[in-house]
Amino acid sequence: MIGVRLYLAQRISAMIMAPLVLIHLVTIIYAVQGGLDAAEILSRTRGSVVWGALYALFVLTVSVHAAIGLRVVSHEWLKLRGTGLDVLTWVVGLGLMLLGGRAVVAVIM
Amino acid sequence: MARRLGLHQEVLQVNVWRGNASGGKHCHYEVPSLESQTILDVVTWIQRNLDPKLSYRFACRVGMCGTCAMMVNGKPRWTCRTHVRKVLDNNTLTIEPLRNLPVIKDLACDMSEFFDKWDRAQGRFHPSKTRSDDVVRIPPTSVHRTQVDAAIECINCAICYAACDVVQWNPDYLGPAALNRAWTLVNDVRDNNQTVRLRAVSSDAGCHNCHSHQSCTTYCPNEINPTASIAGLKRATAKATLSGKI
Repeated sequence: MIGVRLYLAQRISAMIMAPLVLIHLVTIIYAVQGGLDAAEILSRTRGSVVWGALYALFVLTVSVHAAIGLRVVSHEWLKLRGTGLDVLTWVVGLGLMLLGGRAVVAVIM
Repeated sequence: MARRLGLHQEVLQVNVWRGNASGGKHCHYEVPSLESQTILDVVTWIQRNLDPKLSYRFACRVGMCGTCAMMVNGKPRWTCRTHVRKVLDNNTLTIEPLRNLPVIKDLACDMSEFFDKWDRAQGRFHPSKTRSDDVVRIPPTSVHRTQVDAAIECINCAICYAACDVVQWNPDYLGPAALNRAWTLVNDVRDNNQTVRLRAVSSDAGCHNCHSHQSCTTYCPNEINPTASIAGLKRATAKATLSGKI
């Protein structure tokens, strides 16, 4: 159900996500120390290439990682096989990429 | 039966699964409790004294052949080396055929798929030398040899296979025994088929489906660690993939 390529994709995406999650958590904890509202957050993130790249990478890795993880769970627990399993993997991956990409655009542009 | 065994004889309450591929049920027996009694002794006593139609499989009786494995109180065990007093639960034993394998009759399972998976994992040695060549000298302390010191002791009892949840969820999964065997050959410098083997264990049913639950390691009667062997295969296949070899 997963071969070496999907295994590598999931492990590598996890390795990329780990520091990104830490950066995200540390930043929000630091940024809200003195109180912060949505308008202030947007004023800092809009037009920022760095935040845009960081969250775009995060969305990409989450999409890959979650799609493969749900593929495994669906195969083992819901007994999905063959084309159905492939379709589910792609729908989850592309869906997360679309929704996450939309959120990144909203925060950056 | 308790009366037949004598007033002062302690009696074990034993439930044995009886049936075939189309279904079955547990049958209850009372068996005299004896000193140093093994589960295989219990099953043999039932067959010789109570029900000669009971089917089960054994050969060496000393933990070498890997033939007599069964589920005992829900856990896979080599029955010839499992003492009753160590696994008895409320004076009761429940003995069933190995999990994850099709039943032929009663406690005897069909091992065909188990060994077919060895073949699918390229668990066969492919020599790189002929009889005219010198014998390859492998230092006992070499890295490849020490990595499989334990793994080569596998007796093919299928206990790890019965213990594996991934096999239950995904019947195509090659399983811990076949992958452990492949790992011993990946480390065999005399073997000439490594690329094909690494491809075989990287398939959709291969080593990357292992969740490292370590049930195989927990129940292996020879204290082998198939999870570590599978982790070795994951590393070897990842390196081979990233370097474009497979």
